[in-house]
Amino acid sequence: MNSAAAIGLMFGATAGAGSAQAADLTLCWAAWDPANALVEMSKDFEAESGHTMSFEFVPWPNFADRMLNELNSGGKLCDLLIGDSQWIGGAAENGQYVKLNDFFDAQGIKMDDFLPATVTGYAEWPKNTPNYYALPAYADVVGWTYRKDWFSRPEIQAEFKEKYGRDLDAPKTLEELKQVGEFFQGREIDGKKVYGAAIYTERGSEGITMGVTNVLYNYGFQYENPDKPYDLEGFVNSDGAIEGLEFYKALYDCCTPPGASDAYMSQNIDAYKSGQVAMQMNFAFIWPGVEADPNVGGGKSGYFANPAGPAGQFAQLGGQGISVVANTENMDAALEYIKWFAQKEVQQKWWDVGGASAMRAVVEAPGFAASQPFAQTFLDSMAIVKDFWAEPSYASLLLPMQQRVHNYVVAGNGTAKEALDGLVKDWDEVFEDEGKK
Amino acid sequence: MSNSVIDRAARATPTVVAQKVKGLSDRAIAWIFVAPTIFILLAINIFPLIWTIYLSFTNFRVNRPNNAIEWVGLRNYERILGDADIWMTMQATAHFLIWTIVCQVVIGFALAYLINKKFKGNDLWTTIIVFPMMLSPAVVGNFWTFLYEPQIGLFNYVVGFVTGADPSSFSMIGEVSLAPWSIVIVDTWMWTPFVMLICLAGLRSIPDSIYEAAECDRASKWRQFWTITIPMILPFLMLAVLFRGIENFKMFDLVVQLTGGGPGNTTTLTSIDLKREAFEKWRTGFSSAYAVILFVTVFGLASIYVKALNKVKQR
Repeated sequence: MNSAAAIGLMFGATAGAGSAQAADLTLCWAAWDPANALVEMSKDFEAESGHTMSFEFVPWPNFADRMLNELNSGGKLCDLLIGDSQWIGGAAENGQYVKLNDFFDAQGIKMDDFLPATVTGYAEWPKNTPNYYALPAYADVVGWTYRKDWFSRPEIQAEFKEKYGRDLDAPKTLEELKQVGEFFQGREIDGKKVYGAAIYTERGSEGITMGVTNVLYNYGFQYENPDKPYDLEGFVNSDGAIEGLEFYKALYDCCTPPGASDAYMSQNIDAYKSGQVAMQMNFAFIWPGVEADPNVGGGKSGYFANPAGPAGQFAQLGGQGISVVANTENMDAALEYIKWFAQKEVQQKWWDVGGASAMRAVVEAPGFAASQPFAQTFLDSMAIVKDFWAEPSYASLLLPMQQRVHNYVVAGNGTAKEALDGLVKDWDEVFEDEGKK
Repeated sequence: MSNSVIDRAARATPTVVAQKVKGLSDRAIAWIFVAPTIFILLAINIFPLIWTIYLSFTNFRVNRPNNAIEWVGLRNYERILGDADIWMTMQATAHFLIWTIVCQVVIGFALAYLINKKFKGNDLWTTIIVFPMMLSPAVVGNFWTFLYEPQIGLFNYVVGFVTGADPSSFSMIGEVSLAPWSIVIVDTWMWTPFVMLICLAGLRSIPDSIYEAAECDRASKWRQFWTITIPMILPFLMLAVLFRGIENFKMFDLVVQLTGGGPGNTTTLTSIDLKREAFEKWRTGFSSAYAVILFVTVFGLASIYVKALNKVKQR
C-alpha cells in the first residue's frame, strides 16, 4: 500500500471510529502467557467496538520464521502484529508496517507518554528519529530471579560470609554474581543437588545473543563507533568486550546445570521452578508466573536488575511494539484497536492482568513500585536497556553472532578475541552488501 | 524429447481415435498429450534450476524486493569456498553420512541375517525392529532429547549404570566431542530397520538351490557366506547405501530437533546451514550459489555411484 492510500485510510479510521462496519481482526504474536492475557483483555475491545478478534500465536522458536515469512510474502493473515523490536527496520523499509505518525497526531497519541527506551526500541525507524511504525505494546528486559528462601537460610548465609567476607544477597556486580553461582554450584539443598545459575545458551534463534550482551555491554562492548556509523573494529571487539565474553564463558563453565548448552526462556524457567538453580537469567515477562508458582512463588523468589560490570550497568531490551500490517484489509478496525490499546485505563489493566505496560502514566504512578514484588526491579531494569541492531538486515547480523558466541562459550572453540574478530568480519560483510560501508 | 519417442506414441494411437480428430496428424495428437507433462516438468524442475543458477551470481535478497538485483559475478562462490565455517559444515555432514551408513549397513545386514533364519516369533521381532522408522523425525528428535538429558535421561542412566560414571557428568548433545555421535546414534536407531528390510528382501531372493548346490560341493558356511550371500546381496546393500546417503545428505528435522546444529557448529549439517542462509538471513543469491555447489557435488557423486551399482548388477 502506498503512503497516500494509507494516510487516507487512517483519516477514514479517525472519522469513522466506532461507526465502521464490524470487522474480524487477526492479531499475531508469540504464544506465551502475555498473549493469553491479551486475549482476555481484548474482549473489552470487542464489546466496545463491535469488531471480533482472532489470534494467531506462534511458539517463540518459530515466531520470527513464521511471521517474517508472512510479512515477506505479503500474506494477509495478520491485521495487527506484535513483532520483535529488531524487525522494525526491515518492516519499515520494506513497507510492511504502516507508518503511524499521522494517525498518532490525529488521535492525540503522544510518544512522550511512553518510556523513552521502549519508543526507541519498539517504534522508531530510523532510530532516534520521530518516525513511528508501532505503539510500544509489551515492555520487557532481561533481569534475574533468585531463590530468596535459600539465600536467607542462616547456615547458608554463614557459610557464604565465611567464604567471601560479605552477606549473601542479590548480586550488584557481575563478579558477585559469579561468586554466588560458584557458591551454589553442586551444593546439596533439601537433599537435592543444585546449581548456580541458568543463563541463555540457545543456539538456533537468538538466545545466547540475548544472554551474552548483558555481560558484553557492561564490559564495554559497543555495536559501532558512536561517531562513525557501521565502524565496528575496536568497538565490537574492544578489549573490554573480549573480557566480557571470557566472563560469560567462565560463568557458563562454572555455574550452569549439566546439559544447559541450548537453553533459552523456557528451559531456564523449568530449571528455576524445579528447584535446580539458585538464580536464573530471563526476560521480565516470566516474573508474574514465578510469583504465582507453588514451588518458587509467594515470597520465595527475589528479583534483581542485571548486575553492573567494569564499564557500566546495562541490560538487554526485550519486548515488542504493536504494528498495523500494511497489507491488511481491515485498516480502520486495526487502527481502532491501536487507539483503544493506547488508553491509560487499558494500559493499567494490561499491567494488572500480567502484561507489561510501557506507558509512563502507569509505570511512574505512585504505588507502581509496590504493586508487585518485581515492579521496582522492572523499573530499574527498563532504565538501563540497550538493544540489538534493528537494521533491516538484523537477521543476517543476529545469526553470525549466535554462531560465533555459541562456538566460543559453549563449544569452547578458539578464543574470545577470535570470536569477536570473526563477528566484526561477518558484520562488515553484511554492511558491505547493504552498501553501508 | 526424441522423434522416435513421438513416433512410437503416434504408432500406439489407435487408428479409430486418430481418424476422429480431423485435421490433426498423429504426431500433433501425440504432442497434445505429451506437452502438458513436458511443460510441468520444465516449470517445476528446469526453470527453478536455471533461475537458481542465475541468482547465484547476484546479491538478490528475497526479503528486499525493492532493492535492485546486482550482478556480483563469482563473489558468492568465492565467499563460500573460502569460508572455513562452511567447510566445517561439509565436514560435519561427511562425518554424519559416513558413520550412519556404516552403522546402518552393518547392523541392518546383521539383523536381516538373523531374522532370515527361521525361528519362532521372527515376524513379531521384525515388527518391533521396524517400529522406529514409522515415527516422525521431529518426534524422535524430541524423544531422544529427553533420553539424552544428563540428569533425568535414560541413556545417561544406562551408560552410568554400565560404566559406573556419574550420569550427570556428561551431556551427549551438549558436548562438542559427543554431539556428532549423538545424532549418529539416533539416526542409526531410526533407520537401521529400513536397511534391514532391503537386506531381508535380498536374502530371501537368493534361491535355496544355490546353497543346496554349495552344500553338495561341501562348501563351509563361511565360504557360502562370502561366495554366495555377499555377492548376491551386494546390489541390495548398494541400493540401501544410495537411499540412506541421499536421505542423510538432506537430513534436517531430526538434527534440528536434537541439537539445533550445536554445540557451536559441531552438528550443523549443510542442509541446516543452507536453510539459515536462505530463510533466516535471507541471502538468496548467496544461498543459491551454496545450493548449486551442493547440487553439483551430490549429482557428481551419485552419478559415479550409480555407474558402480550398475556394474555390480550386471556381474
